[in-house]
Amino acid sequence: MVILKAENISKQYRLGLVGTGTISHDLNRWWHRVRGKEDPYLKVGSVNDRSTKADSDYVWALQDINFEVQQGEVLGIIGKNGAGKSTLLKILSRVTSPTTGEIKTKGRIASLLEVGTGFHPELTGRENIYLNGAILGMTKAEIREKEAEIIAFSGCERYVDTPVKRYSSGMRVRLAFAVAAFLEPDILVVDEVLAVGDAEFQKKAVGKMQDISKGNGRTVLFVSHNMATIKTLCSRVIVIDNGLITYDGKVGEGVDRYLTSGRNKKTESLLHRTDRQGNQKLKVKRVYFQNERNEVVDDIISTELLKVRIEVEKYSELNYNRLFLAVNFIDSNLNFVLSYTSDEMGVNLKELELYNIIELEIPKLYLRGGTYTLRVLITENDTTKANFVDCLENAASINVLSGDLWKTGKLNRKTSTAIFPGKLQVINEK
Amino acid sequence: MGHTDNETWLYTISSKRRLIDLNFKEIWRYRDLLILFVKRDIVTVYKQTILGPLWYVIQPLFTSVIFTLVFNNLGNIATGTVPNFLFNLAGITAWNYFNNCLSGTSDTFKKNQNIFGKVYFPRVIMPMSVTISNLLKLFIQLGIFIGFYIYYLGIGASVQPNANLFLFPVYILMMALMGLGLGMILSSMTTKYRDMTIVISFGVQLLMYMSAVPYPLSEARLKFPKAVAVLVEYNPLTQIIEGFRYMLLDTGSFSWFGFVYTLIVSILLFLIGIIIFNRTEKSFIDTV
Repeated sequence: MVILKAENISKQYRLGLVGTGTISHDLNRWWHRVRGKEDPYLKVGSVNDRSTKADSDYVWALQDINFEVQQGEVLGIIGKNGAGKSTLLKILSRVTSPTTGEIKTKGRIASLLEVGTGFHPELTGRENIYLNGAILGMTKAEIREKEAEIIAFSGCERYVDTPVKRYSSGMRVRLAFAVAAFLEPDILVVDEVLAVGDAEFQKKAVGKMQDISKGNGRTVLFVSHNMATIKTLCSRVIVIDNGLITYDGKVGEGVDRYLTSGRNKKTESLLHRTDRQGNQKLKVKRVYFQNERNEVVDDIISTELLKVRIEVEKYSELNYNRLFLAVNFIDSNLNFVLSYTSDEMGVNLKELELYNIIELEIPKLYLRGGTYTLRVLITENDTTKANFVDCLENAASINVLSGDLWKTGKLNRKTSTAIFPGKLQVINEK
Repeated sequence: MGHTDNETWLYTISSKRRLIDLNFKEIWRYRDLLILFVKRDIVTVYKQTILGPLWYVIQPLFTSVIFTLVFNNLGNIATGTVPNFLFNLAGITAWNYFNNCLSGTSDTFKKNQNIFGKVYFPRVIMPMSVTISNLLKLFIQLGIFIGFYIYYLGIGASVQPNANLFLFPVYILMMALMGLGLGMILSSMTTKYRDMTIVISFGVQLLMYMSAVPYPLSEARLKFPKAVAVLVEYNPLTQIIEGFRYMLLDTGSFSWFGFVYTLIVSILLFLIGIIIFNRTEKSFIDTV
């Protein structure tokens, strides 16, 4: 049974300062409406692409969105920042209304957009449970029924009759999440709320989310940047890019589509960069990443195959037989976490004399989630600084998404360290 | 959309709107939220103040004293046989309720943009809860008024209510409707044009002087220029204040025409408020 249906949803936003000048637009709008003409500002407006400068004051955050959700389905909604996911969620949770189109629903929608909405610092934890629950759409009777469970889940038994202003921020979040977790709407809209609280509470929260989405056929719309979570929880995904649905269907394919949505983007030439070291007889021109299907990517899931491609531009004669290459992965704290060097690997790069692309293939990228930058170093004869040909820091960056190396259904932690296969056990010895 | 399957949708989210979109069924479903908001307002206003709810009492008392000094002692405004202080207290008590409803609801969207930006519930719950929780203030202030009433009776002043007292609930309702209606209109305007907040703060002050709060309507008819006197007379708030004093103190004038006129105006204001509020609530989060 179709429980929710979105038809031609579009949403227009005004760019720049809303405030001065709107009154003239408002009057103009009103004047057009009075004469029965269409809104003059609806026509202008361009596709929602953050990176290009807008040529009009209005922009379409969403354009012509159509989808249906079956009862019991867990639908993942993925897209880059600014793609329009949040706008869609806002429309679904009735915080704002679409500019055109409509959404029809057969069930009550409740959202976990942000937890703790409407907490009043002067009220006690218990009073806030009631207030927050009511804001989220529960009746007093429903809350009373679940009160004990909510308090137990939050782990704030001791402070439940203390004003919330005396709570630590962590306790506040726990309490808020506990209230939200016990909502029982027909359709639940979940935005990434799982990144709250300490590790112990996160485990509890993720478990609860899995219960909600797996058990009792609840319909869930799940928005996340976390591809591994999407893969474990969802039964279908839609990919939103620049305000348009670019994919609707199977989870695996959708996630790939999302990860490669930068594919058509021409990788930037680095030749203009002047922050190089070395004699520049040869320069690193482009550095980019590919996945196992040779698609250009910016993101990769931890433990998947990654190819680094380095394109060079030659300027003067070189002894290609004695050329060395080093590729270093550097974390956000400027630590080298991974290094590949051609001399150690016993690779001779003399063929670079004929061609100009070097490929480094990493069959399994054993790095935890995080953003890593690449340093590329090319030297001639030996690796002393005097013999640097080209050395480029921050040549490219790869966003590693947390994976599930241990196949436990839980995401590995995000820290900029390696994560390697291994086995942990208590052994039969004393 | 062309195809009509015989499916029943619970509700539709769209940009289209009916003129008056008061979904009573939905408001009824959120009644617990309304009650909790009222409770929250009452409990939390004076937390961490020393005098607490005493502030409800102090404010009208001091205003009445000042009014008595300035308007009656200095300005020689006659209030008939009714003691000046009691006359002023009655006017201020009524005015305060309207004023509290108006100023409490006029920043609904701005004050709650955080919560409105995250969850949906019928927005009208917010201003409604303000209007209801202000009733408590009104009753406390009425209690003070009754206290002084009894005191003045004790010292032999000629005060008495009259038969109009049965209209008391209607007067409260009219004040609530007017405060709520005007507040909702203003709250919608402040989301886009912040100038309104400044206009409201001194506009309300001016409105009080044009609503016969510190003087009886008869004095206005007598002493104001003709045009201003007409303005004061047809100000529906004047009718409420004057009628309020009439039923409690048997002073001033009352006409059924004025009463019905005021009732119609307050219902109209409320309806207009609802219409504008409905239009705003759908998209204010984009403009606030």
